[in-house]
Amino acid sequence: MTTSVSGGLAPVRAVLDNGAIVTAKRSTTTPAVTIHLGFLAGSVCDPPAHAGLAHFASRTIDRGTAIRPADVIAEELDRRGVSLSTMVNRHVTALICTCLIEDLDDVLGLLADIVMHPVFPDEEVATKRGEVVTLIRQDEDNPAVMATEGLFADLYGADHGYGRRPRGSVETVGAIDAGALRRFHSERVRPGGMSLVMVGDVDPQQAIDAARQAFGGWTGAPSAPVELSDGVPASVRRVRTIPMMNKAQADIAYGFTGIRRSDPAYYAYWLMNNILGQYAIGGRLGDSIRERQGMAYYVFSALDANLIPGPLMVRAGVSPTNVDRAVASIDEELERMRADGPTDREMTESRQYLIWSMPRTLETNVGIASFLQTAEFFGLGTDYDVRIPGLLQAVTRDEVHAAARRTLNPETATIVIAGPYTRT
Amino acid sequence: MVEEVFLDNGLRVLVQELHTAPLASVWCWYRVGSRDETTGLTGVSHWVEHMNFKGTTNIPRDKVKGIIEQFGGYWNGYTWIDQTTYTETATSDALDRMLFIEAERMASCLYDPADCESERTVIISELQGGENDPETMLDQELTAVAFTAHPYRHPTIGWLSDLQTMTRDDLYGYYRRHYVPNNATLVVAGDVETREAIAAVERHFGAITPGDVTKRPLTPEPEQAGERRIVLSRGGTTAYLKLGYHAPAVTDAEFFPMLVLDAVLTGAKGVNLWASFRMPPPQRSARLYRALVDTGLASAIGGGIVPTADPFLYTVSLTAASGTPLARLEEAALGAIDEVRTHGITDAELKKAVHQLRARLVFENDSITNIAHQLGYFDTIDSWRTVASLESRIAGVTVEQVARVAAKRLNATNRTVGWFEPQ
Repeated sequence: MTTSVSGGLAPVRAVLDNGAIVTAKRSTTTPAVTIHLGFLAGSVCDPPAHAGLAHFASRTIDRGTAIRPADVIAEELDRRGVSLSTMVNRHVTALICTCLIEDLDDVLGLLADIVMHPVFPDEEVATKRGEVVTLIRQDEDNPAVMATEGLFADLYGADHGYGRRPRGSVETVGAIDAGALRRFHSERVRPGGMSLVMVGDVDPQQAIDAARQAFGGWTGAPSAPVELSDGVPASVRRVRTIPMMNKAQADIAYGFTGIRRSDPAYYAYWLMNNILGQYAIGGRLGDSIRERQGMAYYVFSALDANLIPGPLMVRAGVSPTNVDRAVASIDEELERMRADGPTDREMTESRQYLIWSMPRTLETNVGIASFLQTAEFFGLGTDYDVRIPGLLQAVTRDEVHAAARRTLNPETATIVIAGPYTRT
Repeated sequence: MVEEVFLDNGLRVLVQELHTAPLASVWCWYRVGSRDETTGLTGVSHWVEHMNFKGTTNIPRDKVKGIIEQFGGYWNGYTWIDQTTYTETATSDALDRMLFIEAERMASCLYDPADCESERTVIISELQGGENDPETMLDQELTAVAFTAHPYRHPTIGWLSDLQTMTRDDLYGYYRRHYVPNNATLVVAGDVETREAIAAVERHFGAITPGDVTKRPLTPEPEQAGERRIVLSRGGTTAYLKLGYHAPAVTDAEFFPMLVLDAVLTGAKGVNLWASFRMPPPQRSARLYRALVDTGLASAIGGGIVPTADPFLYTVSLTAASGTPLARLEEAALGAIDEVRTHGITDAELKKAVHQLRARLVFENDSITNIAHQLGYFDTIDSWRTVASLESRIAGVTVEQVARVAAKRLNATNRTVGWFEPQ
């Protein structure tokens, strides 16, 4: 089955007989194609005792197949100038690369072999374990990572799929062997949970035919969905510090459980987040904490509306002497948004920004591929880019104010501070 | 095709029509960077860049950052060793507004004393954020040791003591000296009509007065006489090794063979400071990856030679895998480097490196922002015309040239070794 829409991006979308979804979009900017191959195999799939399994699998899946040892894969990628990246978020593991158009068929064939027939050789697993352990140790020396991961653990619980460390710990990674990686692949990397997006200077139907050739013979029922409870919204204010006295600057992660992506209030939250902590270098937060008080090089807010209510987070990096002032200023800006809502001018400017920045967001192959993959994951439709302006235009000031009242309560904020700071 | 014109005040204007998207990108480049700083004023170029987002005669301070975003646009700026630049990309009907912003920035920034003070702590916060990262610290310290005379030794963000003592008059004086049209190149690329774009540039910039842009002479870096070493011992969890070799400037015939040599050692990165380094290099079959990562000694490697006006550094950066002593990692890294220094590269390696670099040139030109960046960037270090010759100059590199540059550059007397040892 193939569908396409006219106007906007108008990608061509096909569902292969094995359930895999393939989306292709022609873009003639460069003689190259970006490939974004995603699976429903993110870190929420990790068993608690094997936290970090999805991440570990993403770093080993391309280290050898039944017919290609790791060095052959390396050579096939490198001689085409292709850098294959793997990305793992809570729900998705993705393989992402860009190749010249003349290499598309060969690269698709190589990717198909990698995801269909990985062997996870013991020696490669041992080497990659060392890399993962080093990454975990680096995270543990990074106040920004420690504050953010600490916030997620406090918001959702350390055993929840959103609260666990995505890379796991030295202990859990040490317990993951090749057998566990093979089981993870067998259970989670399947055509029924696959979405392939291709964007570049290639005929979309031709690209879909090439994908069918590469992946069409793969069989496997969709994976069982992962059960995830919603986080329990905090009823009191919680503050935790992670002392890292060898550092020069403290990182603040301040947040709440937010909303689902499917929540009707999503577009009001999107605007609220832009006004609060993004527009013109950090929105209201940036204006207060960076521009007027000179306390931080960066301060911003981020909304991750997801399959369950994801976090709405404020982040800032400040001198340890300014931590208390910065937290008080975040409180003040949230209170102000909660009390008065946005101004009409803020509504107009942020709405215009979000709508009129779309041509820029969708200029590059990488940008288009990421957008289409997100639209596919949340079931937003192939015409989503065309509908966004109307969805944002329909949001009222009262709806944004209601979103602020619903979530931005400093009295129920969860705050984690990592760095050379101890609470007095 | 790129159209070049000069206004009467000396402003060089480059316009390239690209009708792939309904967008226009403007970059305004100044030939001033941390190379132009004297002791006591290190970091002034970067701080001036920050101040130039703080309001002008005709753009109130609180409107500066939203003036382009309210039309969906992107804006930014950066300062490095040879240049400072400002950019906006937005729908092409906002071109006039983008040019207005840049003309205001060139001639009419305010430097309110209170804003200067407020920005002092923002920049110190930026510096401290960098100090949180051991690799940033190691890079800064290694560069300061590798150069003894040339101002490339200063970190672009400056030394803390200078940031604490610099005055508003220091900043404003520096701004007025360097932000003049005859020290700038304005690039416009995208969905524009060349004649109309040039007329708009003339309208906005034509009345700005030129200045005296006589540059003070720089002390060339003397030839290094022996290996230099530094060891940073700080709290941390991970050990890092960095090697720095004095490298050719972009105008040196050895630059492109060195670029190929880096591709063979650590994978091709391309030459777009703005775009290429956001995409990891194809490096799984690179020599140092195989020798150090595949063997489990390092968890990550990187290498880089960046086009610069004067000779800068070729660096190799290594993250020691947990449990690997730095001495063992260094021995293995230097062993692999000595191999290429002694025996050069093979024809197959040359072919692969050239193909990788060609692909990177394609990938890094995926947006009008990136295309416009390259014209301006190269104009601050050499000539914008170099951009069109990149592919042929890379394709013209021979195994003999790479062997010569490896033998000449990758020896111990040209090397600085940096360790970060976690305590």
